[in-house]
Amino acid sequence: MNNLPLLSLTIFLPLAGALFILLLRGDDEAVRKNARWAALWTTLITLFVSIFLVTGFDRTQAGFQFVEDHPWLGGVIRYHLGVDGISLPFVILTTFVMPIAILASFRAIEMRVKEYMIAFLVLETLMIGTFAALDMVLFYVFFEGGLIPMFLIIGIWGGKRRVYASFKFFLYTLLGSVLMLLAIMAMYMESGTTDIAKLLTHDFPHAWQPWLFLAFLASFAVKLPMWPVHTWLPDAHVEAPTAGSVILAAILLKMGGYGFLRFSLPMFPLASELFAPMMFTLSVVAIVYTSLVAMMQEDMKKLIAYSSVAHMGFVTLGMFSLTKEGLQGAVFQMVSHGFVSGALFLCVGVVYDRLHTRDIDAYGGLVNRMPAYAVVFMVFTMANVGLPGTSGFVGEFLTLLAAFKANPNVAFFATLGVILSACYALWLYRRVVFGALTKPSLQGMRDLTPREIVLFVPLLILTVLFGVWPGPILDTSANSVAFVAERAQTAIQAVHKTAMLMGAQ
Amino acid sequence: MHIDIPMFGPILPELLVLVGALVLLMWGAIRGDKSVDVIDYAAIAVLLAATAIVVLEPGTPVETFNGSFVIDNFSRFMKVLVLLAAAAAIVLAFEYFKQRNIRRFEFSILLLTATAGMMIMISARDLITLYLGFELMSLSLYVIAAIDRDNLRSTEAGLKYFVLSALASGMLLYGSSLIYGFTGTVSFVGIAAAAKASASTGLIFGLVFLFAGIVFKISAVPFHMWTPDVYEGAPTPVTAYFAAAPKVAAMALLIRVAFDAFPTIVPQWKQIIIFISIASMILGSFAAIGQRNIKRMMAYSSIGHIGFALVGLAAGTAQGVQGVLIYMAIYVAMTLGTFACILAMRRKSGNVEEIDQLAGLARTQPLVAMFFGALLFSLAGIPPLAGFFAKFYVFLAAIDAGLYTLAVIGVVTSVIGAYYYLRIVKIMYMDEPAEPFLPMPNGLRVILGVFGLFVIFFFAYPSPLVVAAEAAAKSLF
Repeated sequence: MNNLPLLSLTIFLPLAGALFILLLRGDDEAVRKNARWAALWTTLITLFVSIFLVTGFDRTQAGFQFVEDHPWLGGVIRYHLGVDGISLPFVILTTFVMPIAILASFRAIEMRVKEYMIAFLVLETLMIGTFAALDMVLFYVFFEGGLIPMFLIIGIWGGKRRVYASFKFFLYTLLGSVLMLLAIMAMYMESGTTDIAKLLTHDFPHAWQPWLFLAFLASFAVKLPMWPVHTWLPDAHVEAPTAGSVILAAILLKMGGYGFLRFSLPMFPLASELFAPMMFTLSVVAIVYTSLVAMMQEDMKKLIAYSSVAHMGFVTLGMFSLTKEGLQGAVFQMVSHGFVSGALFLCVGVVYDRLHTRDIDAYGGLVNRMPAYAVVFMVFTMANVGLPGTSGFVGEFLTLLAAFKANPNVAFFATLGVILSACYALWLYRRVVFGALTKPSLQGMRDLTPREIVLFVPLLILTVLFGVWPGPILDTSANSVAFVAERAQTAIQAVHKTAMLMGAQ
Repeated sequence: MHIDIPMFGPILPELLVLVGALVLLMWGAIRGDKSVDVIDYAAIAVLLAATAIVVLEPGTPVETFNGSFVIDNFSRFMKVLVLLAAAAAIVLAFEYFKQRNIRRFEFSILLLTATAGMMIMISARDLITLYLGFELMSLSLYVIAAIDRDNLRSTEAGLKYFVLSALASGMLLYGSSLIYGFTGTVSFVGIAAAAKASASTGLIFGLVFLFAGIVFKISAVPFHMWTPDVYEGAPTPVTAYFAAAPKVAAMALLIRVAFDAFPTIVPQWKQIIIFISIASMILGSFAAIGQRNIKRMMAYSSIGHIGFALVGLAAGTAQGVQGVLIYMAIYVAMTLGTFACILAMRRKSGNVEEIDQLAGLARTQPLVAMFFGALLFSLAGIPPLAGFFAKFYVFLAAIDAGLYTLAVIGVVTSVIGAYYYLRIVKIMYMDEPAEPFLPMPNGLRVILGVFGLFVIFFFAYPSPLVVAAEAAAKSLF
């Protein structure tokens, strides 16, 4: 078992599935059906293979495991893969959400199904690769390559303003990323390597760190997204098909947070400390401002999109506290948000498939016709609010704790965000689910179909399970996160010590 | 009396192409236009045979004709590109000329002579040989541009190209004469030695004029004016050839002159290259946005791409040259693949060139659209496609050389440029289908398949090209 290249297998299985679907021939209806099932089976097999990563993972180690290292571009840029406690949860999150996204598209997508499934499978390959890459250039290739399938998914199968949204998504993200590419090159020139494992212990010159940090920030801040470069997200979410929104919220956003953890904090600790106040400010603004904006939305998807921005604010808040709790909380918050926001977009998708509108005003009193749906929607709304007992609570609590240690004022304003999130989420729930069922168009609404129940059950279980027993994720990430936090703290203290010595002289 | 007979071994590929051209010309003159098929295939065979010889040549530098002609890893790399581009252009032209009843046997023969000229340029190591190759190429290209001689646009393109190109040749000659005047030698080695002793203003003047002549051929700003008109007017297979081979040859010449003849005044010519590079990238990305004709758009796109390739040259290092070589190889593949798609834009009424006509191609011809889409994303430089690696290596060299501003301008213009490639993808994938095109001819399918697969799967096994380019770049230093 140990000799099998498990990571490569996990990464490229979806691509193989995509090639298989590409070769499908025959009459339209049969091709559509086969493409759907082939995609579902591919993602399920990938999930199955990725479970071996969990069972084989040694949680007592901080270093990289399942390492694969082969020559690639000739020279020092190599095909180097591996996972540690930070990346493993995201790999599993990806393989776990993908079958759900595919299954969610079974009925919703009737047009050009073959291309749709190919785009999703290619996207899965690129996303897993992003989290597993241990070479900066390889990382960039996977990271940036994801733009192509997502551009097509939004642009072809999206809503009315899909073209505008897809261009905005693509160009925004690309502009941020190319600056990171230059920083990657500069790091290569300075250190002579592109190997992430080696760079984690490389000390970059003090003068370089702020510039490198800002270049990476340009990319990750757009991807995460942070206020004020979040404006592409509501557009992309609103226009994307349901499964596209799910993937976008559950996984693509996490690439930004993962990038901070993998690159910014351990590689540029001094700059991280230097910019921490700025990052705190941006996080708090994101939490408070976008929560307020979310409250005023007429469109369900847009509301959840803004709430995503607010939740990502907690992630950056936790990270830049540079403490172990903060980082663990950030990882947990991202994984939990992966389930919860994905599920919320699915909830919107359920009613959208029936009524073809996302206007909140078009709904009301659904509980009378759709009791099961009301229960599911309620659990995820509560998780979104951060109710104790759901996974949403753990991440928010840990990040707020860390923020309080770092700066009580920041924690005070961030906690306002928790209250605001209760306002917009519960209000949304009330307007859609409760009240009298007066609108004639809602009379014929059917409750969840068995297929939809299959979609929600795994997400429900994990949301509640991780809410009461967060151990699996926290333990997995503990050692790797501790390494990052320690490394940042040591580097910062070393500089302070030198500064004090200089001052004493 | 003793006469030294120069070594003919190193010029075997050039001889083969030239003799092939002459033999085929005789054959064509005797048999007339009926022999076009035979001549086309024979020309491809000649080109492939020459490629094989070039590949089998030794990598160590060999000089002949008193040092005025050299073969090394660099010349081998560039010659392979030029030869393959010429062969691909003949394949692209098959159907196109047949459909319009303008098949002429001269086309392939002129391609052969142009290719021979390019090969001489690539191996030139003195100013005389340089000019010889340069003119052999140019004269053949003038005629090829106007090969559709009853068509007003084609003849206009040929004439325009001729007039402006003659001006460029004049500048090149003027620069050469200045350099000769100030150094007393035409050999690159001699010029390098003289420049090392003293870099006089006159020599720099000569250098500027020489560069101007060469830069005209790679169509970089500010000598790019002819490109959109000639690209649009010339028959499309000819445009494809213009976009690929002459640029490779002229770029090779530029690199050769820069590093063989002027290695000691790098700071002086570096400024020129940086300016040309920035201007080309900016013009290429902005001017292409408004284009409606796909051939004109490709013209601006090629100007932009040359700007990106020059970023590597501006670094002035072996790594930079390696970047340029990788860039040119991938650029040729992308360009020829794209033109195969453009040639396939054909309805019963004839070929169309408006970008809007591609609407909904993804539904009428899904496979073609997929390859075309991949090529466009690659032209935009999005990973994991080949175009990304091309940009990666030139920017890597620029960062290494400390040219941060140039690199930042470069990547920002590449984002702007991505917009117009995306627009075509959008038209193909997101718009309602227009009237479908006729099925793609087999020749075009082969070209599109080969270069499309190359661009898509380059990432899986990139090291052969990277290593070959590295060896080629090292032979200049």
